[in-house]
Parts: sequence; structure tokens; C-alpha cells
Amino acid sequence: MLADKDRIFTNIYGAQDWGLQGALKRGSWDGTKTILTAGRDWIIDQMKASGLRGRGGAGFSTGLKWSFMPKNNDGRPHYLVVNADESEPGTCKDREILRHDPHHLVEGCLIAGFAMGAHAAYIYVRGEFIREREHLQAAIDQAYEAKLIGKNNVHGWDMDIYVAHGAGAYICGEETALLESLEGKKGQPRLKPPFPANVGLYGCPTTVNNVESIAVAPTILRRGPSWFSSIGRANNVGTKLFGISGHVNTPCIVEEAMGIPFKELIEKHGGGVRGGWDNLLAIIPGGASCPIVPAKDCEELIMDFDGCRAVKSSFGTAGVLVMDKSTDVIKAIARISSFFKHESCGQCTPCREGTGWMWRVLSRMARGEADKREIDMLLQVTTQIEGHTICALGDAAAWPVQGLIRHFRPLIEERIDLYSANPRPVEREMMEAAE
Amino acid sequence: MAKIIVDGIEVDVPPDYTLLQAAEAAGAEVPRFCFHERLSIAGNCRMCLVEVKGGPPKPQASCAMNVRDLRPGPNGEPPVMFTKSPMVKKAREGVMEFLLINHPLDCPICDQGGECDLQDQAMAYGVDKNRFAENKRAVEDKYIGALVKTSMNRCIHCTRCVRFTTEVAGITEMGLIGRGEDAEITTYLEKALTSELQGNVIDLCPVGALTSKPYAFQARPWELVKTESIDVMDAVGSNIRVDVRGREVMRVLPRLNEAVNEEWISDKTRFIWDGLKTQRLDRPYLRVGGKLKPVSWSEAFAAIAAKVKAAGGEKIGAIGGDLAAVEDLYALKALVTALGSKNLDIRQDGAALEPAKGRAGYLFNPTIAGIEQADVILIVGANPRLEASVLNARIRKRWRAGGVKIGLVGEKVDLTYSYDHLGAGAQTLADVVAGNGTFGQALAGAKRPIVIVGQAALAGSDGAAVLGAAATIASAAGRDEGWNGLAVLHNAASRVGGLDIGFVPAAGGLDTAGMIKAAGQGALDVLFLLGADEIDTAALGQAFVVYIGTHGDAGAHRADVILPAAAYTEKSATYVNTEGRVQIANRATFPPGEAREDWAIFRALSDVVGKRLPFDSLAQLRKALYAEVPHLAAIDQVKAGAPADVAAIAASAPALGSATFGQAVADFYLTNPIARASAVMAECSALAAGRLAAAAE
Repeated sequence: MLADKDRIFTNIYGAQDWGLQGALKRGSWDGTKTILTAGRDWIIDQMKASGLRGRGGAGFSTGLKWSFMPKNNDGRPHYLVVNADESEPGTCKDREILRHDPHHLVEGCLIAGFAMGAHAAYIYVRGEFIREREHLQAAIDQAYEAKLIGKNNVHGWDMDIYVAHGAGAYICGEETALLESLEGKKGQPRLKPPFPANVGLYGCPTTVNNVESIAVAPTILRRGPSWFSSIGRANNVGTKLFGISGHVNTPCIVEEAMGIPFKELIEKHGGGVRGGWDNLLAIIPGGASCPIVPAKDCEELIMDFDGCRAVKSSFGTAGVLVMDKSTDVIKAIARISSFFKHESCGQCTPCREGTGWMWRVLSRMARGEADKREIDMLLQVTTQIEGHTICALGDAAAWPVQGLIRHFRPLIEERIDLYSANPRPVEREMMEAAE
Repeated sequence: MAKIIVDGIEVDVPPDYTLLQAAEAAGAEVPRFCFHERLSIAGNCRMCLVEVKGGPPKPQASCAMNVRDLRPGPNGEPPVMFTKSPMVKKAREGVMEFLLINHPLDCPICDQGGECDLQDQAMAYGVDKNRFAENKRAVEDKYIGALVKTSMNRCIHCTRCVRFTTEVAGITEMGLIGRGEDAEITTYLEKALTSELQGNVIDLCPVGALTSKPYAFQARPWELVKTESIDVMDAVGSNIRVDVRGREVMRVLPRLNEAVNEEWISDKTRFIWDGLKTQRLDRPYLRVGGKLKPVSWSEAFAAIAAKVKAAGGEKIGAIGGDLAAVEDLYALKALVTALGSKNLDIRQDGAALEPAKGRAGYLFNPTIAGIEQADVILIVGANPRLEASVLNARIRKRWRAGGVKIGLVGEKVDLTYSYDHLGAGAQTLADVVAGNGTFGQALAGAKRPIVIVGQAALAGSDGAAVLGAAATIASAAGRDEGWNGLAVLHNAASRVGGLDIGFVPAAGGLDTAGMIKAAGQGALDVLFLLGADEIDTAALGQAFVVYIGTHGDAGAHRADVILPAAAYTEKSATYVNTEGRVQIANRATFPPGEAREDWAIFRALSDVVGKRLPFDSLAQLRKALYAEVPHLAAIDQVKAGAPADVAAIAASAPALGSATFGQAVADFYLTNPIARASAVMAECSALAAGRLAAAAE
């Protein structure tokens, strides 16, 4: 278990002042100038050495990402864009940072901006986050007032931070769709290459980072990469905000060490599975797009990137969805499918047409109203979507369905058998409703 | 150059080539829906997926990835790409299945049937079974104007139409709204599109979602006889294909010509065909007792002969109309000259263009393709959007590429690109010539300027002075070697050809205004109108008017004798476009009833009046024509005008007065007799007028 002294987000529950004074007490903005004085290359080297992997879900090395920004300015401005469009079902970690510890993010923006030669940072906040945006804006205003950021600030690196508010589209969390949305266009992902590091916001070199990746950077640089990399196991280091939701006794957000066993995480922080460990049916380890993990694999599951990959799932954003045995897992995945169908941007064919198809077939399967051969057909449809789309939403929509079929095929077949043994005519349902 | 191996064949292509282009260079076919050479890349249909080595380990959209984006192999081998591998086959089948699950498959009642990209590619790359057991999506049809019919169930969301209208046509009236499955192409408020190029979305649409409204359910592509021809609706000379069933023109489509119209045509060009069937003159008429009476050809000729003999040479005149072909004008000129008259004019509007001053004085010298090299463009008294819509799209293309300054002297209008509005008339032009103002300075320092002079400016009282001023700018020092920036923008298809053969008054002869005045005063007894309907026919007094034309329009109403002639789709005819390009229109069908080809009418008439013309066939006529005007024999070529002529016009330019420049085209949809006979054009005109009225409120 993570020691209190190793926590980065010391006000994640909002028990103390989230404003500048409170943040200063907790150590934010301490020695920022010294970090900047050490220079751009030093910061990037330190970030690489810390082994921090992006906290947005893909787990790409943050230091490496920063190093992709052109070293020499060709006349175009550089931009830092922070992705606070946290819309993945089951994920709610950035929200806590925004409303209870926003100065971590503001300070991170200054340091990251300096490291990539950017004088402007845009924070794209999810449309539904109203209070969160207000807190963030207030924190930025405080920082401006204290001359911590802005023109001619005490740190000697001009940095303007702008908050942009989304309109509630999940797809705008995809980095290039986010850039389009920031530019005032419809949020549809761009074709890659070119990647944002070359042609990003307004055609300028841009790095898009998750809120948590940026927010942890100041502490890592203050305490040194070796401290950060000493937590967790190789290639999966540091601390991480875990979100525990679903059928646990005490759903919560908690900062823990990477590589914590799933069972420990649930027992210690989630108060255990509702009805006891044996009542566990399955979990989704990292937000709705990750494949489902059945209870038998959860026993030994290690919560980090490699641990989740070992059970053919993905660590994602560490927003753990716990489902106990009262869950109709087919219906649950059908609901997730419905979400992706609703959030597909409609730009490219496989995702636009395929997400709706999957949802319709799954909804029938949830009622048992399907053919057994349709299970294989559905699996094939998921592979026709996966990897054929412009952005990763197609993959994200396909994975939960693949996970369901991989682990719960007998359940689907049973449901189909049950239905075909006693098909319930639609009329009866309507009569009952009318009564 | 970069090497790439496509299906085992190594090709050497420029590194900025897309994989799709590289595949084509290697002879591999890659299916596509959203990709179009002249539009931006969307990469959304996913049909062009290919497998690459040296790139990400999943299928890649070949339209969106450059050859240089691929990494070479470990030992420097060229990157490898497969277009026929199992992965690619599976990807294409998958995408095709997705495209078809919500497609209505109503090919038997779809106008696109037989020329549908989706149909063809489903045959080539699809599977024969349907696994989709759900209900198909239903999308409401949208109203987007009088020309384009929508059937939105069929839409595959390739967004070609959206990209065309925003990028080429310059209107932001189409878009994709909604998300995911519910995404729909619409004009937002379901108003008619305001572009003069909107018909091109019909060709661009790879499925039957956008089809031609007037052509709806008229014919199947395989029953049509296709004839390659030239358009005469404006002076651009767009290359077209006329599709005919039996004797009826069913539709007009564009043909590819990079130098002229690329692959676009204006709506007038495309939808004019219903005008070819209505109001047609199909037999000769003679005015007897104030009323037009059907007569035979010989009766009509006899009546003309009697009048011509009574009048004598000096009292005969001829005005050439806007749609007349070079051969027609040549025959008429020969006839009228043989009768002893010097009164000829092709310039119905009285534009100050003199063939005697050299060909460079009335051509669009920089050529249409040359617009793309211009650095400063000055538009004087022209509205290219209405006078030459396709040419306007070329100016917009240049503007989109950036680094060009565009200025306009004349009425402020929406040209679909931004420009500096310098002023309303001749005085402003004088300022610009003097190099005053930022635009004047930019023009003075330009390497490749273009001065587009419109007929509205040339026809006014300052016409000659405007041409002189434009020539002065074009011939100023410091221009690039071989660059001739004087660009006269014609709006009549016959004009340049007529000027080329000298269809203008000989020394002492009367021009159009002179002839009308003389006729009104009784000094001109016989007037031949070769499809000339744009003059004031009420002012012709007691003159005996012989109208040779195709439609019952203004000229025919005033005529004393009507001789029915062939329209541009009904004869083999030479037209010279505004840049001086000689092109031949081919006969797609036959003239209606007793109507004959114009040159043949003059040849027959010449016999009756006793001045037999020296040719018995079109071939003989052309031989004589080419002997007289050799450059007309160079089909599809532009014989450049001599820069010295421009300098001479500049040197002898009269001083600019104070005229303001109006509009040469009042109503885009009703500029000629065929358009005025078309119900479709009338509807478009009413829509446009409604917009104007709404805007004025």
C-alpha cells in the first residue's frame, strides 16, 4: 500500500483548501523556478527516466512524447493541450484533480509548456464538468494574480493557460478530434499522419496530454525520477489514481501504487465486493472500452499496464467497474455498445455502421432473441471494425464485445436456448404494459 | 523520388505521392469512394485500405498516407505495400458490408443504376451474402434546390458533396450534421444551394443519393448515345458530353479538360437540355398581314430574295448572335458581303473590341489554366461568377492556394472569394493604372498580373479607354518574360470566333448600334439576325428582318421571315472560347422538323439571290475558312496573341472618363434563347430572384 508520504494528490478528497494558499501549503509551486532553470533537455530526460506512462489510457511514455516536439522553432508557435475531456464511463479521476487539486495541473502546464517550448496551453474540459471548470479557472486566475504564470511571471517563461469548455461529446477526448473542437470545428478525428507533434492545433506543433500526466510532472521533477520509478514494478511505475465504481461497498477515487493487486485494491479501498469476494462476476479494469475480465482472472490480477494485458484486457485509465453476480453481463455490454453507437462521430464507415449493428445484435442477445451462429458473426463484425477506422473509437467499441464473447459465450448460448424454448411474444409484453 | 514496392512491382514515385497514387503508378487498382483528385482528402470511406510494411501493423487508408510516411526496411529496402493480400481483401469486404447494411439496395429504381460506384465496387469487392438482420436506417430526403434530387437513404457519407461545395464552389451551405449512425448530409435549413456549380455534386456523388432532378427517371445510362461536344452557354467552351436517346437530348455531362473546365460545368450548361425541346422553330415562317404564317423554304427564300434585290447592298445588314458557330458566321459574312454590304457585327452589346488591332486585343491571353500562376488579379467590370462560372472556380482555386491579391473595379458582388473592392468605375481604374493605393502598387510590382476585363466595362462609353487601361497595366515593364496579362472575359460563345473571321463592319460599314439606328430611321431595309436576340428588336422600325435561329425568342417575334436553324447539339460546329481555343462541337442529334444547319441555309439562300457561295459541303466551307483564317484549323489549340498588339493598344489608349461599370449578366439563368426556353432555368431564376428579394428586405 502506498505510504502517505508518497502521495502526489494530497487533497484529492477536497478536505483542505483547493485554492492557491492551500496548494502552496501542500508544496505546489515550490522550486518551480529551479526546475525551469535546469533547462528543457533536463526536464525531458528526468521525465523519461521517471518512466511515467501517459495516464489517458494508451500508456505511452510521457517524456518521450514531449521529446517529439521540434527542438528548433520554425516560426510556428508550439502548443500544449491538456485533455480534460474525461468521458469514458467508469473514469472520474481527472475530475477530482480539477476540482480539488487544480494547482498541480496549472503548475504542470507551466513546466510541460517550458519543456516543449510552448507559451500557450489549452485545457479542454469536458462539457458536463461545470464546477470543475470553475475551480480550474479560479486556480488559473489565482496563479495569474500571483504572477506564477502569464506574461513576465516570476518563473521567467511566459505561459498563458486557457480553459476551453467542450459540449459533451465523448469523441472530443480523442486527441485530434479535441484539436478540431478547439479550433471551433466539428469534433471529428483527423487522419494521422501527420501527427499533432508536427501539425496540431492550428497547424502548429502540439502535444496533447492527459490531465493526470501533466499534474504529476511537477512532483516527479521535485522529488526526482528515482523516487517515482521506485514505486510499482518495472515498466509500470509510479502512483496512479484509481477509480473504483460499481458493486463495491465504498466506491471511491484513491491514489495507489501501480502494480497493486486487484484484490488488495478492492478490499482496502473499495470496502470489498458487495456480498463478498465470491459474489464477484467480472470487472472492467480501465473504463468502458477495455475488455471484461471474469472473476477467475481477478484473483491474481495485478493492476498495471502489463498486468491487465496478461488477462487480455487493458489498464486504460484505471477506472475499475466491478460487477457482482446480480449483473446481467450481456445487458451491461449491450449498454456499453449503445454508448459507443451514440458517441461515434459518424465520419468513417466501419465505426458509423458497425457500432449500431453490434448494439442491435447485442440487445437481442440480452433478451436471448438471437441465433447461436450470430455470436460468431458478431465476433467477426468486431474484427471488421477494429483497426479499420480513423481513430481508436472503433477499437474501443469492439473490445468490450470481444471480451464478452470470449468469456461469456456459454451464458449467451444459454440465454438463446432459454428464449427459443419459450419465446415470449412481443404482444404479451405490450398487454402487460397496458394493464 | 522515392521507391516503393507495390504487389512486388517496384516503382519510383515522388515522395509526396499518396499510396493510392503509387498503387496506380504500379498498375494496381484501389477502390475508393471518398477520395477525389480535386478535393481535399477525407479518408472516411475506408474502402482504399491497403497493407503496408514499414508502417503501423493494421490496414492503412491509401488515400491519406504519403509514400514518405513509410519507413524503409532494416537494410534500406524500399517500403512494401500490398493491394491484393488477404488482409486487404478482408478489409475491403468488411467495409463494403458496412456500407451496404444501411444502403437501401434499391438499384432497380435508382437513377444512378448502371453508373454507380457502389454498385460496381460491390460487384468487384463485396460478398454475395447479407448477414444484417436488423432494420435499415431511414433518412428523410432533403430539399437542396431545383436541380439536385436527394435520396438520402442511399448516402454513404463520403462527404464529396460537402467538400466540393465548400472548396470549389465556395459556398458553405452543405454539411454533415448529427453523429454516428444518425449523421446526415444536409443544407442545414433545407434551402436551395446558391452556387452556379451545384450540379457537379451529381457527378461527384458515388451513389444515387444526389441525382439530377430534371433527369429523374428519364433514361438509363446504357440506352444513351454519347457524343463529345462543346458547350456554348458562356465563352469558356466547357467540354461536355451530350447524351441522347433517339432524337432527344437527355442530359449534358462534363468532360475532362485540364486546360478549360477541369471536370466541372456550370448549372446552365448541365441543365439547359429541356430548353432544346421547347419553343423550337421547326419550319420557316413568313409574316403576312402582320401575322407569321408557316411557309415552305422556297416561299421564304423567294420573299427574302425579293426584298434583298429591292434593297441593294448598302441597305442590308447582319448581326451575329451569341450562340452562332464560326462556320455559320463565315457563311453569313460571305453572303452579306457578296450582296455588297459592309454592315456586319458580332458584338451585340457594342463592346469596344477591334479585330483590326490584333488578336491579343480581344483574347483572355493568360489562358484559363494560367490563372493558377497569377500573382495579382484585377477584375474590371466583370462578374466572373455569373459570366464564366467555371473560370471563376479557377480563380477561387488560385485564391485558395494563397499568395494572390485580387481587386475588383465595378459593382460589388459575391465572387466566392475575398477581394479588395477598389471602386465602381473608370475613375478608379485610372487610379489603379497610375499605381495609386496599395492595390495599384501591388499591381505595378506584379510579375504575373492578370487584368480581367468584362463586357460590362467594354460595352460602356469608356469601352475603348478601359481596354487601353488594361493593356497599359498588362504591358507595363517588369512583367515575366512571355506573360501577357490582358484577359478579355467574353460571355458569348460566338464572340471570339466572330472576331477571328472579321465579322465586324468593314470600313464605312455600320456596327450593331448603327444598324439598329439605321433600321429605325428606315435607312436599312433588310437585316439578318443570326440568333441575335439580345438587341432591342422593338427599335428596328420598318426594316425587313430575317431571323435565322433555333428558338421563338425576341428576334423571332420581330422577324418578317423566320428560317429554322440547328442548335449547338445538332450540328458540327467550330467555337473559339474566350482564351482563343478552337474547339469543335459535334452533332449529337438532328434539328427538329424542317430546321437545317445554318451554313446550309445561307448556301441555299445564296443560290436564290443569285450570289452562289463557293462551297457545297461543310468540308468545303471549312477548307475555305481555314485558308482565310489558318489558326482555326488548329483544333484544341490556342494561338497566342502578339504582345506587341497589347502594347499598341496601350499606346493609343484614349483617356478614361467617369463611367461606372454595370453588370453584363443580369440573370445568370436566362442569358440566351435556349435558356429562356428552359423550364428548369426559369425555376432557378425564380429561386435566385427570391433570394435577392429576401436579401433586400
